[in-house]
Amino acid sequence: MGLAKRILQGDIRATARLLREVEEELPGAIDELKVLYPHTGRSHVVGITGAPGSGKSTLIDVLIDAYRRENKTVGVIAIDPSSPFSGGAILGDRIRMQRHATDEGVFIRSLATRGWHGGLSKAAANVIHIMDAMGRDVILVETVGVGQAEVDIMNFAHTSLVALVPGTGDWVQTLKAGILEIADIFVINKADKQGVNEVEVELQAMLQMGAYSADAWKPRILLTEAINNKGIDDVMEAIRQHRESLIASGRYEAHLRERSRLELFEVLKSSLMDRVFRMATEDDYVEKLIDDLASRRVDPYSAASEVLKRIVREGKF
Amino acid sequence: MTSGRKLRILVAKPGLDGHDRGAKILARAYRDAGFEVIYSGLHQTPEQIVQAALQEDVDLIGLSCLSGAHMYLFPRVIDLLKESKAEDITVIGGGIIPMDDIPKLKKAGIKEVFLPGGSLKDMVDWAKANVEPCRYGERKE
Repeated sequence: MGLAKRILQGDIRATARLLREVEEELPGAIDELKVLYPHTGRSHVVGITGAPGSGKSTLIDVLIDAYRRENKTVGVIAIDPSSPFSGGAILGDRIRMQRHATDEGVFIRSLATRGWHGGLSKAAANVIHIMDAMGRDVILVETVGVGQAEVDIMNFAHTSLVALVPGTGDWVQTLKAGILEIADIFVINKADKQGVNEVEVELQAMLQMGAYSADAWKPRILLTEAINNKGIDDVMEAIRQHRESLIASGRYEAHLRERSRLELFEVLKSSLMDRVFRMATEDDYVEKLIDDLASRRVDPYSAASEVLKRIVREGKF
Repeated sequence: MTSGRKLRILVAKPGLDGHDRGAKILARAYRDAGFEVIYSGLHQTPEQIVQAALQEDVDLIGLSCLSGAHMYLFPRVIDLLKESKAEDITVIGGGIIPMDDIPKLKKAGIKEVFLPGGSLKDMVDWAKANVEPCRYGERKE
């Protein structure tokens, strides 16, 4: 039996293996993904992002607990950085969630960024699809610990949580573009620490400056102590309300369409580049074009359109 | 598609043993050797370790035990892997382990045992020489 069929039956080992094959871009993986795709689009994807040490993993640990009490099955994708030197990684998010390891309703997978920027890994989109096809009700995606600009998660998650902690800067930080713009829900974690009111007030002030139309979702600001399981009911309620608001306003459909558009372009881009790389090894056509470029007999734009024309002419992808 | 194979390793601490400096140092050494390392954290049951290994699709499990309970905990991990038809995952062990126990552990399916004072380089080299990332088409059904 193929991996995809076994995944649809909820087979853990098959799922884990296809995730690996997708991550390593092994040739057979695409055929399995083709089988799974019609079974995707059912899970609610929640992204959790924020600075290193803001409590993302611990927050996920207690969210898993809350979802399990509602009898929902959970997939977790936890991303940590790869070393720029060795290419290795310590995938440490799982430590905080390991108490759920033997719960069949919870599937946790750690991924390394493998050189990918934006807070996720290249395989993240397909990893979400696979957990979705496996039938997980909720997929929680933990980004790497981020700074100001790693906002890829907004393209994948239906609901984006940004975790903050007290004592990380004044009003100008909240005014800046980037990560704070993508939050549907702000979670000020470690709310027992000094400075929690300041962060809350600065965030409120920032939100008040924004112009929200009547039917738009206005980001919530919630206080939690994830490690003491405090404030989690409010987070669950906010996620639920956000989902309802997405569906009622038609933004859920719009998000799905936007997601599909990005995915098509992404796959097109990588298959096109793949074809070009293969072309470069098949004969000296690409090398000759590069010679022409280097000696200024042709410009890069005309050269690229030559390559595209040849790909179309040959018709093999 | 270009293929980039990475060895995935689970460093795990089975049982009631609160000492994980060695496990952390080892995790770091494997990281620096280019492996992707998942660390389980302390106080894991064999069941938790095996489930984590399956979900993470690791090629190697490194068990660290300083409590003296290795003769129960290590073979239990092997048995659970067999029950899950995952005996293709290599298991090694280390810690305070009496010499007499080593042949018994190996007989139980632990591929290698590393003792205090061993070199990190040996452990990394052993993994490189004896463990390969699972190959497409060679997966055990």
